[in-house]
Amino acid sequence: MLISDLMAARAQMALSLGFHIIFAEIGIAMPLLMVLAEWRWRRTGDGVYLQLARRWAKGTAILFAVGAVSGTVLSFELGLLWPSFMQLAGPVIGIPFALEGFAFFTEAIFLGVYLYGWERVSSRAHTLAGLIVAVSGAASALFVVIVNAWMNTPTGVTVDGGRFTAIDPLVAMRNPSTIQQVVHMLLAAYASTGLAVAGIHAAVLLKQRGPQLSGRGADPSGPRASGAFHRHAMTVALTVGIPAALLQPISGDTSARAVARWQPVKLAAMESLVETQRGAPLRLVGFEIPRALSLLAFRDPDAEVRGLSAFPRDEWPPVTPVHVAFQVMVILGTLMALVCAWASVTMLRRRDIADHRGLLRALALLTPAGFIATEAGWVVTEVGRQPWIIGGIMRTADAVTPMPGLAVPMIVFTLIYVGLAAVVAISIAWLVRETT
Amino acid sequence: MIGLPEIIAGVVAIALNAYVLTGGADFGGGVWDLFASGERRERQRELIAESIAPIWEANHVWLIVVVVVLFTGFPSAFSMLGTVLHIPLTIMLIGIVLRGSAFVFRSYGPYGRNRWGLAFAIASVITPLLLGTIIGSIATGAAADASAKIAGAASFGEVFVRPWAAPFPAAVGFFALALFAFLAATYLTVDAEQAELQEDFRIRALAAAAAVLVCAALALGLAHSAAPRVAMGVVGGLLIQAATASAAISAIAALWLRRYRLARIAAAAQVSLILWGWMIAQYPYLIPPALTIRAAAAPAGTLRLLAVGLAGGAVILLPSLQYMWRTFKTKSRA
Repeated sequence: MLISDLMAARAQMALSLGFHIIFAEIGIAMPLLMVLAEWRWRRTGDGVYLQLARRWAKGTAILFAVGAVSGTVLSFELGLLWPSFMQLAGPVIGIPFALEGFAFFTEAIFLGVYLYGWERVSSRAHTLAGLIVAVSGAASALFVVIVNAWMNTPTGVTVDGGRFTAIDPLVAMRNPSTIQQVVHMLLAAYASTGLAVAGIHAAVLLKQRGPQLSGRGADPSGPRASGAFHRHAMTVALTVGIPAALLQPISGDTSARAVARWQPVKLAAMESLVETQRGAPLRLVGFEIPRALSLLAFRDPDAEVRGLSAFPRDEWPPVTPVHVAFQVMVILGTLMALVCAWASVTMLRRRDIADHRGLLRALALLTPAGFIATEAGWVVTEVGRQPWIIGGIMRTADAVTPMPGLAVPMIVFTLIYVGLAAVVAISIAWLVRETT
Repeated sequence: MIGLPEIIAGVVAIALNAYVLTGGADFGGGVWDLFASGERRERQRELIAESIAPIWEANHVWLIVVVVVLFTGFPSAFSMLGTVLHIPLTIMLIGIVLRGSAFVFRSYGPYGRNRWGLAFAIASVITPLLLGTIIGSIATGAAADASAKIAGAASFGEVFVRPWAAPFPAAVGFFALALFAFLAATYLTVDAEQAELQEDFRIRALAAAAAVLVCAALALGLAHSAAPRVAMGVVGGLLIQAATASAAISAIAALWLRRYRLARIAAAAQVSLILWGWMIAQYPYLIPPALTIRAAAAPAGTLRLLAVGLAGGAVILLPSLQYMWRTFKTKSRA
């Protein structure tokens, strides 16, 4: 075998989660966008908003279904790849997973009502169904992220000889990472999806503007009519994306401080800090800001930050991927916040963003930024948790299934996910093109 | 004695039953997509798509409920099944992924119906086959036996293949496929608005009923050697046997007489009774002959919280489900 079973299992789990997380984010945020568009339609009577809600609903149907099936794969993979982990942790993390089950159920039921009920329920009931989807989607994320937070910083269990002698799932749900991780994930979902949707429509507007400026786009029924569609779309998407992207750096700072306190070795890996030092600098793509890490992590420029060498070698996470991913996340998050600040200022000065080519370009460029930042953040959390599957309690290597040949399912799922990703991308591109 | 572990096991059973009646029928719909034939072939496919489109994702969540309640309430059972039945579970998952994605790509994507229709239909056949195979493997006790051999010198085939790649699990796989196809065809007779389409699915339902009988006979025949406990239990549970038989006869009679709503109820009852017949035969074992419900149960604190969570969830879930069914399954007056 080219790779060990443990590495294959980790790769398959990472791939499954990395695939699912994008669809989960879209599944959380898109219903909110659709409901906002529909609500604007009910308030203004502008039919373009209704058209927008219906068009987004088609894309969401595809993305939600792929999210639902990839989420199902994950619930099984917990047992297929990590049976010992589930045997130990099932009674603890099962409670939030059960609650997530109900949230997901509500989401699926009312998404069906939303997508197929336009002619079957009243318009008020229809908007309400969309709102229920948006709320239960956020609730699903809350419960799933609680499980992940517990794996990072487990509480509510008494460990003796590798077994839990006492468990309190409610205490486990309120572990020290819960609030930070949940807020960070939800903001990521709204910022990534909001800016991605805004970026797609900004790109279409840019393309349409091109010929018009040079005097060739004279057809009034063409670009101008669909121009209103894309302007409205961008505004609604930014209504969700801008606040989330502006709040995300604050949430990121709070998360980093929690990591500094509860998972110091993860922080050391994020910063690739080998030696323990007082007044530790912050390193960002080659630059070094003196004392900034101590200041950020502990609110004291002279605080001592423990380096990797303060921990046993076999408890280090893989340093390079965590360090690189952390930088990618911070840089993209900062860029997103800056462009959103720029857009806010433009809007406050009562200028139409759609007429601002520079801003449109920036938004179009940032289309994938949120999703890339999310993947990077996920690498920081999950690779940074290694070598533990349950922080300090169970090692990932001790949790993997005894079934040999795990490279085979890993390759099969890789092919399936690559294929699915391609078809989803083509389908969404086709849906966008249909309106231009 | 009925305590908390039995109640939670009952919830797993109810969720599995709900999944079979709803999600199972959606897979059955895919089977009839594959076997669509005659001059109304395209209209049959349209009816199937319209009938499952608004509800299949909600129906699918029952499976998630089964999995989650199983790993919360009976973690050692989940762990054992995930290990020994890795291969059939993975194939079933691939079926689930392809069925769901192909269905939405077909409805909304750029390639139209034909290409994705085939993927949807094939995945709809694979998944029930594997689900039945997995249940068959659990019932024979082979899954538990294989689990005991992991630490020893047993070969890969003995532990990870032979427990499920055997005649009895395969027979149960075809039995599940026939049952799901039977359910779907019966439901579709009610959903169809035109008499000709009703007639198409009536004939298909009767054919599926015949296939169900053949598969049942085959599975029972094999059960005597492969899964003596189940065979004994199923044959011994005379009351449930009699109830299953009368439901089956009612379903066939109602289909014959074109009493479609009655047929739908009788078919659902028949399938549910078969499922409960198996589960009661296994009682008190969750995975015979290794794990009883009691032995696999999570600590009492978890079970209590889970029961509270499930009860609270049901308060939200049941009215929502009722609303969904009322919205989509009462005929529009238009």
